[in-house]
Amino acid sequence: MIDLNLLTIDATRTAIQERQITSTALTEAFLEKVEQEDGPMGAYLLTCRERALEQAARIDAIADKGNPIPPLGGVPVGIKDVMVTKGVRTTAGSKILQNFVPPYTCTAVARLEAAGAVVLGKLNCDEFAMGSSNENSAYKPVHNPRDLSRVPGGSSGGSAAAVAANTAVVTLGSDTGGSIRQPAAFCGVVGLMGTYGRVSRYGLIAFASSLDHVGPLTKTVKDAAIVLREIAGRDPLDSTSADVPVPDYVEEIGKPVKGLRIGVPSEYFAEGLDSEVRESVERAIDKLREAGCKIVNISLPHTKYAIPTYYVIATAEASSNLARYDGVRYGYRAQNARTLGEMYRRTRDEAFGAEVKRRIMLGTYALSAGYYDAYYLKAQRVRTLLARDFEQAFQKVDVIATPTTPSPAFKLGEKVEDPLEMYLNDIYTVTADLAGVPGISVPCGKSREGLPIGLQLIARHFDEATMIRVAHAYEHARGEI
Amino acid sequence: MKVTEKDVRYVEDLANLELTEGERGRMVTDLNSILGYIDQLNELDTSNVEPMAQVQSIGSEYAMRPDEPLPSLPHEDALKNAPESDGIFFKVPKVIDK
Repeated sequence: MIDLNLLTIDATRTAIQERQITSTALTEAFLEKVEQEDGPMGAYLLTCRERALEQAARIDAIADKGNPIPPLGGVPVGIKDVMVTKGVRTTAGSKILQNFVPPYTCTAVARLEAAGAVVLGKLNCDEFAMGSSNENSAYKPVHNPRDLSRVPGGSSGGSAAAVAANTAVVTLGSDTGGSIRQPAAFCGVVGLMGTYGRVSRYGLIAFASSLDHVGPLTKTVKDAAIVLREIAGRDPLDSTSADVPVPDYVEEIGKPVKGLRIGVPSEYFAEGLDSEVRESVERAIDKLREAGCKIVNISLPHTKYAIPTYYVIATAEASSNLARYDGVRYGYRAQNARTLGEMYRRTRDEAFGAEVKRRIMLGTYALSAGYYDAYYLKAQRVRTLLARDFEQAFQKVDVIATPTTPSPAFKLGEKVEDPLEMYLNDIYTVTADLAGVPGISVPCGKSREGLPIGLQLIARHFDEATMIRVAHAYEHARGEI
Repeated sequence: MKVTEKDVRYVEDLANLELTEGERGRMVTDLNSILGYIDQLNELDTSNVEPMAQVQSIGSEYAMRPDEPLPSLPHEDALKNAPESDGIFFKVPKVIDK
């Protein structure tokens, strides 16, 4: 019998191809596992049994004839509920979309399904992907499967928890300020964000359009490489998707890393970094040195300005993107309003959560007359400085290595009262979003309490290949955790 | 205090939000705390730095495509999620209250 807890993409595909199990039986087994085990975690908002079994039947029909199934044939996947799925309710973790059934499917999801993946269901997240703990979901918080008293991170908390708990083999998440990499680090899984423009955002419910990314959360670097290969590339439906050739990232797996230069930025190891995280990441960097990489001390001097820059730009863009939720064309509508204006205002007050309102207010303020130059334009200028930090660093090094988060997962409720304290969690991840460079978080150890720690690797624009090569080399050198 | 309750009311109006009294008080506190933190950006002289609205690696060339009509969402599908419609249009409350 197949152990559902040990499945990677290749293992799943092989088992189905060789008819050790049918895709239908595997899908049923995963749906049963979600039913039995997801309760205490809350990673799933819904399962879409019918859609999953239809896809499984297609895969079985191919395998039954002895034909090769596609690269993700029969692989059970979960989708963060910020990606629209035709005919399957999509809420973005918000009450304002509580009954929204999209009329089309997100490109990244469509590409995964075209590659044979079986979508099991939609995964919990912070409302409109705004949060670092998954406590901002309008439906329920997600609990970290490694320690249920702790948060899984956010905003792709459900996506990270489902992979960690083996209730999906692979999941998709989205990353605007760290929302793939931070929960991956907290839950002890791999989380990859490609270059800005690498993966289409068509059908991703918009948060901050100059920062939003779609990417995979997986158990291994190789699985992340496979998923990225399938979802990356130009999409005519997203004018910001880049027309840059997509290499076969899987070919990077196992390539030597000897001679590659790894930059270690002093600013990411300064005050505020938990000592166990520091030790663990430093040991990971030692492993890369032993593998033949050249470790280079570098500086990204504007790092401390990344959080304030991010919270101006992201909220300004969010305030504009979320203007569409007005109770007219879809979503929640307040009852018994006497005028259109009253209906707009009451709809938005009743159906947006506290953090979403806070960000809409902050963003609207930063864009308002008299403050536009002082906040929004100022932040955009500092964003240029942050991007230049990376450009200059990448003249000296090939990949940058840092901690993914300043601490391991914190407890539910620990930071909800202080938004600023919560925002500071993203201190090492927002920089890559602002500069548009790719990043990956790979598990690199555990704290004494047994909580996972993540190593972050960042590469040049469109050089996910080198990033994946180094990430895999590290994962291989590290061995089991 | 940079942001007063009056400012919050003004921004609520711009954002089409209507906060409760309790929410408004909390919003004054939170915005002041966050904006106070954001003010550290003023330590940097950015007078000769261009603003960055979009990641540089994405050129505007991607925004161009042949101007050809493609199928769009069927009318019926577009109305399916509407809180209220008459089958042709979205229905909304009166625009002006008399």
